[in-house]
Amino acid sequence: MAYSLWVNGKTHHVDEDGQTPLLWVLRDALKLTGTKYGCGVAQCGACTVHIDGQPVRSCSFPLEAASAAQIVTIEGCDGAEANAIRNAWVTRDVPQCGFCQSGQIMSAVALLRATPAPSDAEIDLAMSGNICRCGTYNRIRAAIHDAAGQVRSTQS
Amino acid sequence: MTDAPASKRRFQMTRRKMILGGTLAGGALVIGYTATHPMQAAGALLSGGGPEPEESAFGSFIRISPDGWVTVVNKQQELGQGIHAGLAAMIAEELDADWDRVRVVSARANFRAYGPQITAGSRSVASNWNPMRNAGAAARAMFVAAAAMRWSVPRRLIDVRDGVVSHGPSGRSATFSELLADAGRQATPQTPVLKEAKDYRLIGTDRVRRKDSLPKSIGAQIYTQDVQLPDLLVAMVAHSPRFGGRLARFDAVAARSVRGVVDVFAIETGVAVVAKNTFAARRGRNALTIEWDNSEAEKRSTADLVRYFHDVAAGRTDVEPSDFHSKGEDPEAAFSADAVEFSFDFPYLAHAPMETLDCVARVDGWDVKIISGSHLATVDQVQAARVALTVPGRVDVDVIPAGGSFGRRGIMGADYLVECVRIAKRMPRRPIKLIWTREDEMSSGFFRPMSHHRVLVELGKDGFPARWRHRTVSQPLLPLGPNAQAVEGVAESPYLAAAKVIDGKIYSPTFSVPVAFWRSVGHSHNAMVMEHIVDQLARRVGRDPAGYRRALYRRAGAKRHLAVLHELCRRAGWGTGLEAGWARGLAIHECFGTVVGQIAEVRIDEGRPIVRRVVAVVDCGIAISPDQIAAQMEGGIGFGLSAALFGAVTIKDGVVQETNFDSYPVIRMNEMPSIETYILPSTNRPTGMGEPGVPPIAPAIANAILALTGSPTNSLPMLQAGASNGGFSFPHRTVA
Amino acid sequence: MRWRRAQGERRRFGCFSILASLIAMVVLGLAMIFRPQSMPTSQSLLAAQAQPRASALRRASSFASIEDPKTRSLALFQEAGRVIEHPRCMNCHPRSDRPTQTSAMRPHMPWVTRGPDNAGAPTLRCATCHRDVNFEASGVPGSPKWKLAPIEMAWQGETLGEICRQILDPSRSHMSRAQLLHHMTEDELVGWAWHPGGNREPAPGSQAEFGSLISAWLDTGAKCPA
Repeated sequence: MAYSLWVNGKTHHVDEDGQTPLLWVLRDALKLTGTKYGCGVAQCGACTVHIDGQPVRSCSFPLEAASAAQIVTIEGCDGAEANAIRNAWVTRDVPQCGFCQSGQIMSAVALLRATPAPSDAEIDLAMSGNICRCGTYNRIRAAIHDAAGQVRSTQS
Repeated sequence: MTDAPASKRRFQMTRRKMILGGTLAGGALVIGYTATHPMQAAGALLSGGGPEPEESAFGSFIRISPDGWVTVVNKQQELGQGIHAGLAAMIAEELDADWDRVRVVSARANFRAYGPQITAGSRSVASNWNPMRNAGAAARAMFVAAAAMRWSVPRRLIDVRDGVVSHGPSGRSATFSELLADAGRQATPQTPVLKEAKDYRLIGTDRVRRKDSLPKSIGAQIYTQDVQLPDLLVAMVAHSPRFGGRLARFDAVAARSVRGVVDVFAIETGVAVVAKNTFAARRGRNALTIEWDNSEAEKRSTADLVRYFHDVAAGRTDVEPSDFHSKGEDPEAAFSADAVEFSFDFPYLAHAPMETLDCVARVDGWDVKIISGSHLATVDQVQAARVALTVPGRVDVDVIPAGGSFGRRGIMGADYLVECVRIAKRMPRRPIKLIWTREDEMSSGFFRPMSHHRVLVELGKDGFPARWRHRTVSQPLLPLGPNAQAVEGVAESPYLAAAKVIDGKIYSPTFSVPVAFWRSVGHSHNAMVMEHIVDQLARRVGRDPAGYRRALYRRAGAKRHLAVLHELCRRAGWGTGLEAGWARGLAIHECFGTVVGQIAEVRIDEGRPIVRRVVAVVDCGIAISPDQIAAQMEGGIGFGLSAALFGAVTIKDGVVQETNFDSYPVIRMNEMPSIETYILPSTNRPTGMGEPGVPPIAPAIANAILALTGSPTNSLPMLQAGASNGGFSFPHRTVA
Repeated sequence: MRWRRAQGERRRFGCFSILASLIAMVVLGLAMIFRPQSMPTSQSLLAAQAQPRASALRRASSFASIEDPKTRSLALFQEAGRVIEHPRCMNCHPRSDRPTQTSAMRPHMPWVTRGPDNAGAPTLRCATCHRDVNFEASGVPGSPKWKLAPIEMAWQGETLGEICRQILDPSRSHMSRAQLLHHMTEDELVGWAWHPGGNREPAPGSQAEFGSLISAWLDTGAKCPA
């Protein structure tokens, strides 16, 4: 069935079954491969995208529900928080294998937009749905604090 | 040399090592030998081939472009451990290149150009220390020679710094790019002079950082899963739910009717479904009806295996032991009645890298093209050639970064890669991307082997071990040899060096659950065995665990352990008070030449250990990248913590029960302790960091629990996470 | 085997091994090419669908033979209790802020918390993973009102009698009896327990049968077990 999708500010037309997870539509049909498959059952968070501004696991989101929504992937994630998060990630050399980091960053950007100065506990709450097997959690936490500071300092 | 045709130049190198490896009769066999001339045509064909590296006057590992950028060719696999930056730093240091204008590319598999491309045993830094420094120093000497000639000044007065060659007395200077053409014409020195450690400007500084953080932070890093090619098809395979199970019959009618499914056929490892996209392949696989022949399959459960291992250790089976360590008088004599007995059990563990196993392959007659995050590129090349019925020289392996591995992509038999080539062979000239789901990966075996340990220690009058009897039961990782991996970390332990009589035996039962190398291999359980025993012995004789170890290290002459212990206790505040309910646990273990000590601060909350802080001290020789050493320590502790707290793969009637992160939990953000890493200064040759951070954390926690409760930890994991995975698994339909 | 060496050439150790390897490769290759192929091909097989089946629930009418209204009321609630205490219901009535899951009722993976509105922390909402319907592809369950019962309605660790008194206490259940009946018989989140998707075992009976048990129990005086 044909669906039109609004992804990263552009409209795309895809012809797939409505029960196809958004993840595979993004990766295989739209070639937006920054969004990763890690578990397929909403356990690891590697497939996190923003749907209408909210972080969502795209492996657990059907295409038929996505056509009415505004979808942003790592490739199109933009704005003050996103830039600050990316800068902090690179400055701290957060990634190791890097495979989970797209999802981590999507969760972190959504966190900063909702909570401009998150505490450690708030970071735990927002980020515990994202698994990193390389164990970069402490650097992720530090980078989120860095980015929060950077956003605040540019806004004041 | 430049005008010889490529095919001829290939045979002009005078010394050439070749690798002929493969799993002949299922076993891994790697033969390396040196050839000079007569059989070289055949030899080159057999040897690791693939496309020749880009031509460079500075050897296989260094290219310098006219804009002055230095490109380092990384022959190792980048799977998160940061080896690309480590190797580049060795070259940049000796070359005196501008670190900010150094980039790294991955080498394709090519034995002639790069030697064996095997990323294992945390050896990538140690094994490349001399070759990379020599390559960098040789290139530097060529620039110095070019400048000396151009300016007619003596070489010894020429300095190189950050990619600029200068002559102090005259004030003349030139960049690499200005001297490039002249430097390329200089003779390559065979034994260039290397810097002394005290003269390093880059190595050991915080300037040595990863080069891939940006692409990995914007979703631009391409992993095997992301590879897109024209006409690409995606394959999934339905595997036997039991190890050793074989395909009996299958019905593909429903699978073929799934939209997007292109073909369905049986292969050696199951039923392959090839489709236009990943989800169609998965739907097609779900629509298969399969009957498996379980006549030769493993049908036991974990509890049966544990019982069996205990029987093996007690000598009640026909598995014969072999000595791994035996010394002193009459080691097999009976121990006195007051000897202390210890028993440990460890489970199977899955690697569970974030990127599941995947591979892209295209077979066109004799030619095979592979794109994969390949751990053992030159072994994988031979394996691909074997199943495609071609020669390794016609297999082009494009090695790209892997989304983790922890050993899973380093299987000698290259299971997933071989499977992909088998499918690609059935679909000639179509690139095939094989995707394994998380469930496929976790139930595929090649686990860290489960093991059972029985140790009997007789203490001398001085309170230290006098006689030590050690029995280890663990499946062998390699088909041949002494199963040394199962006892690594025991055989060379300083605690054994101090004992007079040692009777160490290993039992190596073999059965069809496949086992493999898992980050830190045998150390992953042996550190727990040795360090937890030593703490229990110290408490038994009423001594402080740190002081007890100190005395043992002195006896064994383990100077590096002593230095680590000293610094660790100082940094962690060993012996100082903690809040009520908290305790510290200490563990020190040498793994692949690197000595790591960790002290964990732990409390017990509703029976669950909470680890809030870990202090780590490491002696890894010369520290190349302190930041990445810390990163590997943090990662190793997280990885070891997952295993210590809740890592276990169990089987029930031969079927793996933990198939995804809901039933095989791993550490998450809220469970990660704070970690401080301190690096001991050293002038020794650098050793690896990819694995040594893993082993000490489990015994450090167990020793803290021992201090809190007085109870030893005799098996891992410490917590039994629900073994049930109701609702979340997504299996294909199976007729039992 | 003797190998004639050209005059003055240095000794070579590699030749024999290369040759041996070549022969080995050729033999191995031939053996592979000509080895019997026994790959099965597709054939017609009967697919066995192993879907978890719900156990039956006794109908309210079958309790009519119990003459004493109090005894009947208790018996009705005991039967309804098979639904109430089923993991499909209990998992969302945890004692803590963290739901449980699976029939083993183990803590929810990943770690999540109920948040201010019982639908997750503001930065990790239930809707991050759960949608308004079960999603077959990921196995993740869903319902339009997917959220936890309020903490005052914690059932886990309580006896059926304690649960009974709790749901009848408006200060804790926030429901009148009419609303309670509606919750049990009409609420679609409650109704999810009979259509949980995936490999989950549904709650016993059907929501209608359960509703009629509750209705009959209320009509008979809503007696609670001890």
